[in-house]
Amino acid sequence: MQKMLLGLAAGLLLIAGWAGAQAADASGIKAIKQVSETEKCVAPKEEMRRTHMQKILHQRDETMYKGVRTTRHSLQSCVNCHVAKDDKGQAVDINNPKHFCSSCHKYTAVSIDCFQCHNSKPTDPVVTQPIVGNPDFIHPVPLKSSAEVSQ
Amino acid sequence: MSNTEQPQTCQCDGDSCDNQRRNFISKTAAIAAGTVVAPGIFLHQVAQAKNAAEAATDAVRWGILVDTTKCADGCTDCIKACDERNGLTKENRPEIAAHWIRKVTLRDKATQKENSLPLMCQHCEHPPCVDVCPTGASFKRPDGIVLVDKHICIGCRYCMMACPYKARSFVHEAITDQKAHAPRGKGTVESCTMCVDQVDQGGQPSCVTGCQHGAMLFGDLKDPESAIAKKLKEINSVQLRADLSLNPGIRYHGL
Amino acid sequence: MKKIHYSEIPGKNIGFWAILGMLGFFIAVGLGSVWHMEHEGHHVTGMSNQIIWGIPHIFAILLIVAASGALNIASIGTVFHKTAYKPLGRISAWMSICLLIGGLAILVLDLGRPDRLLVAMTTYNFKSIFAWNMILYNGFFVIVGVYLWFMMERKMNQYYPYAGLAAFVWRLILTTGTGSIFGFLVAREAYDTAVLAPLFIVLSFSLGLAIFVLFLMGVYKGTERELGDGLLNRLAKLLTIFLAAVFYFVLIYHATNLYITNQHGFENFILADGGIYTTLFWLGYVVLGTVMPMALLNCPKPAGKRWSIAAASALTVVGAFSLLYVIIIGGQAYPLEIFPGKEVIESGFMDMAQGGYYQYSPSQWEIMLGLMGVSIFILATLFGSKVLPFLPKSLADDVVDPHAK
Repeated sequence: MQKMLLGLAAGLLLIAGWAGAQAADASGIKAIKQVSETEKCVAPKEEMRRTHMQKILHQRDETMYKGVRTTRHSLQSCVNCHVAKDDKGQAVDINNPKHFCSSCHKYTAVSIDCFQCHNSKPTDPVVTQPIVGNPDFIHPVPLKSSAEVSQ
Repeated sequence: MSNTEQPQTCQCDGDSCDNQRRNFISKTAAIAAGTVVAPGIFLHQVAQAKNAAEAATDAVRWGILVDTTKCADGCTDCIKACDERNGLTKENRPEIAAHWIRKVTLRDKATQKENSLPLMCQHCEHPPCVDVCPTGASFKRPDGIVLVDKHICIGCRYCMMACPYKARSFVHEAITDQKAHAPRGKGTVESCTMCVDQVDQGGQPSCVTGCQHGAMLFGDLKDPESAIAKKLKEINSVQLRADLSLNPGIRYHGL
Repeated sequence: MKKIHYSEIPGKNIGFWAILGMLGFFIAVGLGSVWHMEHEGHHVTGMSNQIIWGIPHIFAILLIVAASGALNIASIGTVFHKTAYKPLGRISAWMSICLLIGGLAILVLDLGRPDRLLVAMTTYNFKSIFAWNMILYNGFFVIVGVYLWFMMERKMNQYYPYAGLAAFVWRLILTTGTGSIFGFLVAREAYDTAVLAPLFIVLSFSLGLAIFVLFLMGVYKGTERELGDGLLNRLAKLLTIFLAAVFYFVLIYHATNLYITNQHGFENFILADGGIYTTLFWLGYVVLGTVMPMALLNCPKPAGKRWSIAAASALTVVGAFSLLYVIIIGGQAYPLEIFPGKEVIESGFMDMAQGGYYQYSPSQWEIMLGLMGVSIFILATLFGSKVLPFLPKSLADDVVDPHAK
């Protein structure tokens, strides 16, 4: 049974890899640059590329089980900041190859499970609020307290 | 090895750690109480509110007291508030639609007395859904809020079989455009979260703030000075299916 | 008893491959419907927030219960030293593995997130009987696999009684676990009782034996091997006893409920007012599934005839299916009593069901999923018998002494 499943999983991986390769040509669709000197990501690009999933995962469990609602490493903050727009100026969702996450994930053929439940677009009034004490950085949730602590 | 018990982050030993946290909580609570005198919206501000960066602790236990004598027949404000806040759509398919909270009208079989009340996840102290969940996706936070960790929910629906209140629903189809604070998706089970993200930041559940008849009171059951604890001490209240000894966090008055 | 010679079934004629092809087709159709269900979500099935577990679960539990029951034949030979059963040990063990694979395939593919099977295998909540069952099922494969190996490998032959005993104990725990999935649900009128665990165990005896007899008769006819009347009659006699035992537990289950005033509403629903559930209970389980097979096996005229044994076995399966349907779906169709002493006159979430109970009509997708599991079981059992020597060349009465102790 488990062998069968293993085989099945291997098969699926192959298919996924093939589909991914089809979706983007060798050069891939580059993520639209959504960080600048004034709007920096929470860690250097190189570090984010390697460890963004650990950061998100850690934050996920902190939030889920302990109710820690800091936003520095939350998935929603990624989504709110890294916004790609279509021709009409609307934010695109994960199915669009221009979406920040899918531009890379499609290319590397790594499937992401996040957006079956989470919204892949920024929602409502959120994006426009600058963070308290750091006007260059966009803050997703307008917190009442100024206790936004970076971890 | 149960997922409901979360490891403590602080390095200090148990006792002093607890004390520190309690001190911290009471200090912040004092600040909160001091600063929120004027706007009416904060009148029911809960004493033990934590700020966003703090972890939830078992020093508090959140609960809601429903006063069925005030709950108006035919009024669905709490349901609307919940649907709106959490982005639930019904599309006229009652069999599979998500119901985090619902209105129920009852008639006593013997006396014919009628009652109207909102019914949602009762946030039990001993939740059967948590007991039966094979992966531990169903869990209870230290502050008593019962949630589904949808990241490890496999969609077996055993928790729905186990819940005595029919409080859980299964997401039967793909969902898009979720609210950022209420992620939900196909193939997993969901239920009332007590608007946990609002509670975590000192707020209250939307059904409570949405009720215009003052029939719902939210607060910390463990704090004897909280409005809900005082009220519970003063008036009669019941737990639903009290015979099961689950000690729900939701209490009903006038039933 | 003479020396038993085992051999692979030839499986060279067109009929064999036609059967395999047909089963393969059913499996393909089932997988297609799984893809559809998982792609669309469960709204394409008849299952809902009221009827949470549907037809797929009936098929799955039927197969899982039968799995431990089919192993019984081997246990009777190994653990209880009934020599007449020993030649049947290999196929009994193999069949039980195949039944379990079929049942689990359904259960796993019905999950809301079957892609997270790995999560289910690696993250355990040990208070959950469901999590225990995952360990029990996996352990079953290992233990029965070893048992089968010891039976077939000459060098290991001396150890097989120990493996047989371990497998016997394990299967009892496993069926207890399956029954407890329901027995541990405190909130529902139909389930909150310890009697469900032993009921599932005796049900596994009768159901597993019936499926075993049907398979044996089919294969020995198809391969033109000899199957003695004496052996068959001995199995038939055993079936009578098991059928009576199941009936006893069903009787106890309902008698207890009838004594408890609190449960009268539920009993009235199942026994008198429950529409399809009442029909399935009386007609499906009692008449077709118990009285008829008992009559076929014991009335002097049909008793001992091959057609009557086959019919009785088939009816036993029908009865078990009906009984599980009544317990599993009927138990959910009866609305939860959230407010004892009060009736719900209005609800935003179907707390009061139309006509007193919830309706359920399975869609073709979930039925195809169920049939897929059954097909997996038959296909795997047949194919295994073709590649490995599970079946004795002859089960004629002069080879196997059916009256041996």
